Amino acid sequence: MFWRRRSSKDFAEEIKSHLELEADELRREGFSEDEARRRARVEFGSVQSAAERFHARNRVVWLDNLLRDTKFAVRQLLKNPAFATTAVLVLALGIGASVAIFAFIDAALIKPLPYADPARLVRITESEAALHLVNISYLDYLDWKRLNTVLSSMDVFSAWNFLLSTPSGTEPVSALRVSAGFFRTLGVSPALGRDFYPSEQVPGGPHVVMLSYGAWERRLGLRRDVVGTSVRLDGVSYSVIGVLPKGFEFALADKADFWTTLQPASDCEKHRDCHDLYAVGRLKDGVSVRQALANMQSIAQQLERQYPVTNHGRGASVMPLSEAIIGEIRPILLILLAGAGLLLLIACVNVSSLLVVHTEHRKREIAVRGALGASRARIAAQLVTEGLVLVIAGGLGGLLFAAGAMQVLTLLISNQATARMPYLLGANLSTHELEFAGILVLLAAVLFTATPLLHLLSSDIREALADGGRAAAGTLWRRMGRRLVVIELATTVVLLSAAGLLGKSLYRLLHVDLGFQVDHLATLVVRLPDVAFPTDAQQVAFAHSLLDRVENLPGVRAVAITTMLPATCDCNTDWLRIVGRPYNGDHITALERHVSSGFFSTIHATLLAGRYFTDAEDASKPKIVLINRAFARLYFPGEDAVGKILGDPTLSPSSLKKIVGVVDDFKDGALDEQQMPSEYIPFNQNPASDFNLVVRTAQDERSILPLLAATVHELNKDVGVEHGSTMSEVINDVPTANLHRTTAYLVGGFAALALILSAIGLYGAIAYSVSRRTREIGVRMALGAHRSSVHRMVLADASRLAAIGIAGGLACSLAATRLLRGLLFGVRAWDLSTMMAVVIVLGIAALLASYVPAHRAASVNPVDALRTE
Amino acid sequence: MNSNDRLALLQGTLDLLILKTLALGPTHGQGIARLIQRQSEKVFLVDHGSLYLALQRLEDRKWITARWGLSENNRKARFYTLTAKGRDHLVEKTGEWQRLARAMGRVLGVVDSPELDGEEA
Repeated sequence: MFWRRRSSKDFAEEIKSHLELEADELRREGFSEDEARRRARVEFGSVQSAAERFHARNRVVWLDNLLRDTKFAVRQLLKNPAFATTAVLVLALGIGASVAIFAFIDAALIKPLPYADPARLVRITESEAALHLVNISYLDYLDWKRLNTVLSSMDVFSAWNFLLSTPSGTEPVSALRVSAGFFRTLGVSPALGRDFYPSEQVPGGPHVVMLSYGAWERRLGLRRDVVGTSVRLDGVSYSVIGVLPKGFEFALADKADFWTTLQPASDCEKHRDCHDLYAVGRLKDGVSVRQALANMQSIAQQLERQYPVTNHGRGASVMPLSEAIIGEIRPILLILLAGAGLLLLIACVNVSSLLVVHTEHRKREIAVRGALGASRARIAAQLVTEGLVLVIAGGLGGLLFAAGAMQVLTLLISNQATARMPYLLGANLSTHELEFAGILVLLAAVLFTATPLLHLLSSDIREALADGGRAAAGTLWRRMGRRLVVIELATTVVLLSAAGLLGKSLYRLLHVDLGFQVDHLATLVVRLPDVAFPTDAQQVAFAHSLLDRVENLPGVRAVAITTMLPATCDCNTDWLRIVGRPYNGDHITALERHVSSGFFSTIHATLLAGRYFTDAEDASKPKIVLINRAFARLYFPGEDAVGKILGDPTLSPSSLKKIVGVVDDFKDGALDEQQMPSEYIPFNQNPASDFNLVVRTAQDERSILPLLAATVHELNKDVGVEHGSTMSEVINDVPTANLHRTTAYLVGGFAALALILSAIGLYGAIAYSVSRRTREIGVRMALGAHRSSVHRMVLADASRLAAIGIAGGLACSLAATRLLRGLLFGVRAWDLSTMMAVVIVLGIAALLASYVPAHRAASVNPVDALRTE
Repeated sequence: MNSNDRLALLQGTLDLLILKTLALGPTHGQGIARLIQRQSEKVFLVDHGSLYLALQRLEDRKWITARWGLSENNRKARFYTLTAKGRDHLVEKTGEWQRLARAMGRVLGVVDSPELDGEEA
């Protein structure tokens, strides 16, 4: 219309020419030169005002209109506070949920890892048929590092627990031992001080340590003179050489305060079959992960030929570091985003149908404006502005909501999970999130401006003015609104079934048959400093005096020791073979737990055959072992396992041990995995410096925890204790349970909101339909229809909508829940009882939502109804 | 020239008058103003601000086109020309006006008077 610009200079020129032409003419008519000019000007009127009007027309009108439209839109919305508040809140909810989830996706999946050129970093592990990905042994690492042609550097790390000497005693601290080039491989340099030297990773080399930024801040108050000081770890003095940069994180290991060099001094690092290390490497330029994998696998084969006993069946696996770090959480985050997206869809549909009703109510007003000369374009612009005001308010509200939701979510993710997924804490509302919110707002804006525009186009203004829009267009529109409700209901079914399945699988996971009694069990990790307890005999002696003391504490029923708590992980495995069986190199991989004699009775496990061991069976007696039912079933099918002898793959004499009993299976491995074969070794014959105390109590198990720690310190104040918790907490806190819980809670939250929104949507559609049919209902009643039949008619109408929506939703769920399969535990993707529950819940919600309008319809007074309008 | 006798122009009317004037041949703004006043026997008051605004509007609607040229006494002036589209519009609107004027005339009892000073309903 007025987009083509004409300069005001050109216009001024035209006016000037007008005045001259006019003056010429006046002169011709006989006026004097001056008089002609004066008259021309007077005749023209104000040149200034003409120029201004031209100006306004060319430039400001659209802006002016926009301002006026916006003001009007805001006024319109304020006039209808219920509509405006609902629409903005619903939108804010939908946009906010999506943005919050996106922020976590951004933090985890989009932002690069905080290392130099992270795309070239890989994790390298050994692989084995039974356990898939397993740690690397030190000697294998040396060979891989030397022989490979694909990595520019390769480094190893392993978690370590130190006892830090502090003025108040000893404190267990988490640490990581790394090879000297570790930080150079990651491309991270210290914030303070220097990196490790290669000379510091040889046995007997200098003891040096780097601090994490957090430890520097917490323990040393950011003192800059920390470099050059020393700390005592496990009674040995380590000089502090540097501090790691702020924000440095390494998600493959638990959070560590201290980083030392890996000096291959321990027994494990001298044996090729002792696997205690993890490895990272940096790919050479131009080398792909696939090529690296091929190279590593060929080295593994070469090593297998060279060391047939220790390296039998050991392969190699190489994967991008990012994959190793976020591989587990990616599907969960994507599912959450999908959930949030569906919620947003419902929110948009809901607001759309609100808008439909709103526009319908304003039809007459719009018609009047049209009749008064507003062009369709102007009316359309007005409606578009209203949609935009709504969406922008919703978008801003959504950002606020997202900020709040992210704080809640960060709290919801447990401490343990954040140690493993530190990147999740990096979620914030940055440019990415604002852009994402912007896209959502734009999409919503298109939807919300299209809705009333379509409406406008589908109706005739004159007709609307004539009869208040009671004609065909209204019917058409009512149908549209009903279709929207069906979409809403179907989407809700999808979300509800996803939530139901995830909730059920969380329940199944937490109520998996553990095979032991979880309640009234308290646990505590005890760490004996090597300096004070260098020999096995000393460790056993301490364990015994501790068991004696704890046994006599009030309320203690039984107490025992195990090197690994049940239901935590499939870690600490042993390689075994059976004496007298032919051996082709395939050893048995079994979970290895060192337990005190009272362990099985403490946790209430069941003995199936043979006997438990006794306290008397110590290092001086022949070596014995217990196995679980899975072990017996797999390797002694149909025969008696008791009395058989187990040994290591070479059957070295010191490794031989006799099976004295078989215990029924209990979950001593990972919660969500198949039961593995296990062996239980007497703690007395083969003790450890780190172990778990397991205490069965008569009273509340939580209340005894402080007493347990105090008892340990009474015996020896240098012994470290940590992670005092109840067995139920241990199970609730395992990473799998955490992931399942967070996912189930979030999707459940989305589903609950979806349920509310769709119930409101259904209510809206039915109520609208009833209000439009008041006259019809009046006629029916006047003709003798009973109130109950009107009631039934409305309910039947609502049920029809609900039934279509639910049926459609079930069909969609069939497809959608397949995507969930990887996250489900003990539940099939198509779980009949879950689906039935969904149908019932949604059915009841739908009935409740339509009851009110049905009741209102039934109480219509026919006389009033016929008189309306 | 008593300005009280003049009649203010309604928007649609001015557009039509401009188109009609240009139907006689291309001319500039001042020429149009003069012609309208002369043809209406000085009954119509042409507000020049409105005139130029109307010209702009008609140009935007592609009913007329404009281009700079020289007047007969060699002054630079912006000349307006009626387009085919403008001519169609003029024909259509003229028909409407005639019907309206006749109807008004009948009702007011001055049948077929061509000198009606139409006021748009």
